[in-house]
Amino acid sequence: MSDRVKVMTLIVLAVSFLCYTLFLYKENYSSNAEYGTMADKGKRLWQEKNCNACHQIYGLGGYLGPDLTNVYSNRSEAYIKHFLQNGTNIMPAFHLTEQQMNEMLAYFKSIDSSGNASPAKLKPNYDGTIER
Amino acid sequence: MELLKDKKPISHLFVITGLLLLFSTLIFGTIGAFQYVFPGLYRESFSFEKIRPLHVSSAVFWILITACGSVLHYLIKKRNGLWSNKLAQWQWFLFTIAVVVILITYVLGIFGGREYWEFHPYLAIPIIIAWILFLINVIKTIKDFRKQPVYIWMWLTGTVFFLFTYLESYLWLIPYFRSNIVHDMTIQWKSYGSMVGCWNMLIYGCSIYLMDKISGSEKYSYSGISFALYFLGLFNLMFNWGHHIYTLPAPKYIQYVSYGVSMTELLLLGRIIYYWKSSVNTARKLYHILSYRFLLAADLWIFLTLLLAIAMSIPAINIYTHGTHITVAHTMGATIGINTFLLLAFVCNIFKIHKPKTEKRITAGLYITLVALPIFWISLIIAGVLKSNWQMHLSNEVPFSAMMQSIHPFFVVFLISGIILTIGFFVIIGNLLAAYFMKTQEN
Ligand code: HEC
Ligand code: HEM
Repeated sequence: MSDRVKVMTLIVLAVSFLCYTLFLYKENYSSNAEYGTMADKGKRLWQEKNCNACHQIYGLGGYLGPDLTNVYSNRSEAYIKHFLQNGTNIMPAFHLTEQQMNEMLAYFKSIDSSGNASPAKLKPNYDGTIER
Repeated sequence: MELLKDKKPISHLFVITGLLLLFSTLIFGTIGAFQYVFPGLYRESFSFEKIRPLHVSSAVFWILITACGSVLHYLIKKRNGLWSNKLAQWQWFLFTIAVVVILITYVLGIFGGREYWEFHPYLAIPIIIAWILFLINVIKTIKDFRKQPVYIWMWLTGTVFFLFTYLESYLWLIPYFRSNIVHDMTIQWKSYGSMVGCWNMLIYGCSIYLMDKISGSEKYSYSGISFALYFLGLFNLMFNWGHHIYTLPAPKYIQYVSYGVSMTELLLLGRIIYYWKSSVNTARKLYHILSYRFLLAADLWIFLTLLLAIAMSIPAINIYTHGTHITVAHTMGATIGINTFLLLAFVCNIFKIHKPKTEKRITAGLYITLVALPIFWISLIIAGVLKSNWQMHLSNEVPFSAMMQSIHPFFVVFLISGIILTIGFFVIIGNLLAAYFMKTQEN
């Protein structure tokens, strides 16, 4: 392989990568938690408390606790608040204020509305792809 | 800073820092595994949301800092020195300060909360600056870009793309990029997937350099096949990250692109099987015996990891593995079995460990890890399979805590094998550092 072929290959790859990247950037599938809203603050809180170390959203995160993508539609607000206030034998009590708990609930509500995270809801095809 | 003053190459400092981080990776990993087995352990003071980032960030920085150190070391060998030692010293200094502060903030419970880079975003600034210094040093040291061996290409592209993907992983700070959870996670895992590919470029580049040294021939690193495989690796780095997010309601083309691209990895698998036997035959290189043994160990794990990775890249299989401990098995299998073993091969070579007694002890350590790692890996896979069964069929009837209770025995095996693995690595780290400092004193 001459240097020229190598450089050309590299350029072709890099340009396709950049195009794919820009294409993905512009695909913001209708935002549901605008900047500064309750849900956005809840997201920041979720990150600042590092809830993700034990919980997953859409299956991604740490694995000591359950996935919480759809906790908002599976459980009542009172139930969720109870966990946030008291923790469990594994989860620490985070002593969130009423305001913070409402922000967290708004965040749960917004991620819940984005789709269902249960892999059981997906249908595998014979060609190896999956169907919603 | 003592070490900075004498004539030792700066790369040694990176490697020693890396080894200390490997030590902390193992300590915090073991505590985390204890928390799996004894629920609620240290719940109030040192719970899992602190332990996990302490473990994972230590691991990531062990890999990154040692990879940078190895690249710098081999560049020094190849080019009789770096363009700027000062720059490398600053890079080391910024990295080290950042890592120390990061670990302290975790203990204090201060987080940025993104997976793998769980520290406050401000702390990304020294890391980005350090990386830019590294990039400048690599480019300036290489200087002449004509007719270079494949590992030079790998170091260059790995360094450039790492900077890009690392910056990309902070796009969430801009509201547009975080306002939709699915879009946010898509970009996040796009950047992470590629980032791992980037540090692998640095590490695989070093291993090709080292294999050249061991075999005494540079034929491979200039060959067409090596470049073909390099471009295949780069192609995968850029486009195969989608398997992290197959189960998200993201556009379908991401699934197709990633699935299709991932299957080209089968070529890599084929090549490994084909060359496995011939690589075993070069065992004659006794002079590099320690590095050689670590390279062989990594070869085996590249094979196992690639097998699992390719399976997980098939969406219809991914829905069973996603969100379970199979993912953890895959991640740790790769970061230990491939990255850690390869990096240790470089460390043995960089430190020039040749004393028979030390060689023997390090080999014993390696054998301990080689026994423990498959048990560790399989216990996680079995736990994952059982969790998967629950996710797919039972989650409506059986509560999460009952499912975790039912897979508890496998966490016990995970913990015990993890402790043995830790002991094996401790033997290796301890002997490497002892031999290194003994040599320093003798000189
Ligand atoms: C140390 C690990 C840990 C951390 C950190 C943690 N959790 Fe939990 N959490 C758990 C575990 C384990 C459970 C499940 C308890 C059970 O089912 O017995 C749980 C349960 C929950 C539940 C109830 C889920 C359900 O369906 O029953 C909610 C809601 C929750 N956590 C929210 C949070 C939030 C918000 C944070 C961050 C502020 C957080 N958790 C941090 C471990 C953790
Ligand atoms: C060189 C050694 C090691 C490296 C590089 C390493 C790396 C990692 C990485 C990258 C993760 C994140 C996994 C993911 O998100 O999928 C992880 C998670 C973890 N590791 Fe390790 N690890 C090492 C050794 C160990 C050991 C020896 C133990 C236990 C004794 C351990 C216990 C854990 C635990 C408990 C988790 C968290 C799993 C979860 O998310 O719930 N690790 N490790």
